[in-house]
Amino acid sequence: MTEALLSLRGVETHIGQYHILHGVDFEVPEGGLAMLLGRNGAGKTTTLRTIMGLWRASAGEIRFGRRDITKLTTPDIARRGIAYVPETMAIFADLTVQENLVLAAVGGPPEAKRLDWIFTRFPALKTFWTLPAGFLSGGQKQMLAVARAIIEPRRLILVDEPTKGLAPAIVANMMEAFRELKDGATTLLVVEQNFAFARQLGDTVAVMDDGRVAHRGSMAAFAVDSALQQRLLGLGMDTHQ
Amino acid sequence: MLRAFLSDDLPRSRWLAVALIVVLLGLAFAPFLFPGTKSLNVAAKICVFIVLAASFDLLLGYTGIVSFAHTMFFGIGAYGVAIALTRMGPGWDSVAVGLVAGLVVAIVLAALIGLFSLRVRTIFFAMITLAVASAFAILASQLSDFTGGEDGLNYRLPAVLRPSFSLVDGTLFGVRLNGRILDYYLVYVLALVLVLLLLRIVNSPFGSVLMAIRENPFRAEAIGYRTVVYRTLASCIAAAAAALAGALLALWSSQTNPDTTLSFDIMIDILLMVVIGGMGTIYGAVIGAVVLVFAQNYLQELLGVANQALAGVPLLAGFFHPDRWLLWLGVAFILCVYFFPTGIVGRLRAQRRRS
Amino acid sequence: MNRPRRDLLPLLLIPILAVAALPLVGSPSSWVTLTVAGLAMGMMVFVMASGLTLTFGLMDVLNFGHGAFIAVGAFVAASVMLSLGPWMAADSFWLNMAAVGPAVLAAVVVSGALGFAFERVIVRPVYGQHLKQILVTMGGLIVAEQLLKVVWGPEQITLSRPTALRGAFLFGDIAIEKYRVLAVAVGLVVFAALALTLNRTRIGLLIRAGVENGEMVEALGYRIRRLFVGVFVVGSALAGLGGAMWGLYQETITAAIGAQVAVLVFIVVIIGGLGSVGGCFVGALLVGLTANYIGFLAPKVALGSNILLMALILLWRPQGLYPVAKR
Repeated sequence: MTEALLSLRGVETHIGQYHILHGVDFEVPEGGLAMLLGRNGAGKTTTLRTIMGLWRASAGEIRFGRRDITKLTTPDIARRGIAYVPETMAIFADLTVQENLVLAAVGGPPEAKRLDWIFTRFPALKTFWTLPAGFLSGGQKQMLAVARAIIEPRRLILVDEPTKGLAPAIVANMMEAFRELKDGATTLLVVEQNFAFARQLGDTVAVMDDGRVAHRGSMAAFAVDSALQQRLLGLGMDTHQ
Repeated sequence: MLRAFLSDDLPRSRWLAVALIVVLLGLAFAPFLFPGTKSLNVAAKICVFIVLAASFDLLLGYTGIVSFAHTMFFGIGAYGVAIALTRMGPGWDSVAVGLVAGLVVAIVLAALIGLFSLRVRTIFFAMITLAVASAFAILASQLSDFTGGEDGLNYRLPAVLRPSFSLVDGTLFGVRLNGRILDYYLVYVLALVLVLLLLRIVNSPFGSVLMAIRENPFRAEAIGYRTVVYRTLASCIAAAAAALAGALLALWSSQTNPDTTLSFDIMIDILLMVVIGGMGTIYGAVIGAVVLVFAQNYLQELLGVANQALAGVPLLAGFFHPDRWLLWLGVAFILCVYFFPTGIVGRLRAQRRRS
Repeated sequence: MNRPRRDLLPLLLIPILAVAALPLVGSPSSWVTLTVAGLAMGMMVFVMASGLTLTFGLMDVLNFGHGAFIAVGAFVAASVMLSLGPWMAADSFWLNMAAVGPAVLAAVVVSGALGFAFERVIVRPVYGQHLKQILVTMGGLIVAEQLLKVVWGPEQITLSRPTALRGAFLFGDIAIEKYRVLAVAVGLVVFAALALTLNRTRIGLLIRAGVENGEMVEALGYRIRRLFVGVFVVGSALAGLGGAMWGLYQETITAAIGAQVAVLVFIVVIIGGLGSVGGCFVGALLVGLTANYIGFLAPKVALGSNILLMALILLWRPQGLYPVAKR
């Protein structure tokens, strides 16, 4: 059995007076794509932000590789090899596409091969290379956000709702990109509401409910259990967004 | 009975209650307990600043608005009465006209500022009020025909309030019952009434909404309270109270000038009063005002002693020069914000809860 | 998609204002004098304000104590220049500069050091709490002003400009003060340096990104907190430089000098847009010109006119001339 790349045990998070995570337990195995599903408000984004150190866990333990990263600061967590693509994409609108990627390439100028891959998958980024990123369309911004996360090799990429609000054609493109990524050496943990996307790409799945992980297992098994889907997500996974 | 009087907002701490009673009685009998013009001046000043600080607390402590324009309203109230008394002669009708004029100008100005800039972030608003207050202060000293310029206005008070007026012949406990005493009690009683009024306002449903807005404006807006409206209302009430405090000052000292009513030093003073006393409590403003006015007048003497003692060491002596009392209060202020954010009142109340 | 046009409209306000003032002022020679004075004053305010706008944009910290750095810069420069009095009064340009140079350097270094201390002791404990920041930095200003009086005494200090910078260039009817020309030159150099740093260096990239979304910059792996201190120190050093220049301009220095010009600095920062150096530059020039034109036409309402300017600009662009796209 492959050792888990990322493991959370009993993670609790408080935001102000609100107790959001009530003891999250799950593991992300190395290689492949793990899906984090759940209803709105279940705590998925909070989980990702807690892993990234943007919110401090008030209890529990987060391990990456073999290191305990629970108490590390966000920059240190990023430097250990975790990239983050937030729900809001968080691209720097006043910076050009080029500057966004240069900044994301922390170690030095971007590697030519990677840049080529990005330009092939996301041609819009090459077209608007010197344009301030704020002028990109929603789909193009999402591409930029993902490109930023992969401009340098990372062991784990956290992605929060990559297809939210995107047109179907762009979603398909995104799906292809993710497929190629996970076949490489990168592990991905993706939060999604688009069930078709989740079902086709996910290898393992963790479903959250009320600040806890209510189910974990293989995507294949979860995908055929419509009763379980109904109970945890309120809808069957055949439902498209 | 007492609860109703204090609008159900009890001191909730033995020491605080004691302190408040001391202040209440001390001020009530000041002419007899501390005879002499200087002491009476200090007492009257404390009364006026209690109201001014309490009105600022309504804004800062209860609504969470930082406004550096508060002294402007103080000045408007003072100049309103001063100009009326100067132009219309020393009568009660002048006082009434001046008072109403000052109130109207203050409230309208507060409403304008509020509606225009309360939509912006806290920091924006603070900077804008700073700019407006500075401009107003300069304007007041420039429009000398109207306001008497840098030197301000000197005028005569209504006959009843002048020292020459005698209420009764002879003395009571060694104090002559003249217009000055009457003047003092006018100031004292009105100040007391205003403080109790403010207490009632902050403990009303309106006050609760203000505190909710202070804590979480988004949530308040989401529940259905138009935050801009409430904040503007709070600004207007605070401005009105400040203007009334200004009017009281004008009625006490028969002269009004930019230094005593519009200078930024006053803004700093009331800021110190409210923070050191305890934000969001009204009682904090009372305690803070007493502490600060005492410090202003008597800390200087204390520093003077230290200064003399260190006369040999030039730089060190400089730290204790009587004129540097603000340095020490400034340090105390900073320490308060860090370590005692709830101020003296908060500390006293916390003490009580612990025991 | 079209490449968007550069937003030059705010920049055009400067010549528009200058041209509009000409008929009001009447005489062309007065107009030239006022315009140069306005530009000089604007440049000095820009130098003082640039640090503040970056600090706020990047760290979300508003330092109401910024005036303290300005005042310290003025006092330190004054002390050095007074102690080198003979060089200042000498007829040689180079001897003059030998006095001014170290004075300015000292001002920058001391203000920067004060900024470092300020950030550590006063600002750092209250990151993220705007109300406390306003209160605490205000307290810092009060304490700093009092400390200035302790060290330098409460009386005002008179400072004369060095011989080489006194007087004016004469072009027929028009007199342009030499010092003002220097001020404009210094302001342009500072602006150029800032613009180059922000747009051509990696640190500049980090700052610009951090102004937009500090959290994301951290998520990329940058320890942006360290950058904060650097920016704060540079901001306070620039304020010190501006203070030194302002002191020479006014020729009398009191402990309140920082607080007095701080109001203008705040107006400029608001007009420009919190976090935008370019906006700060344009705003400062507009404020300088307005103050001088109105100062000539209707002296009593000079400060009021700047507030009116601020109100008008906010009505047009509520976030300032060049708002920074936030989060």
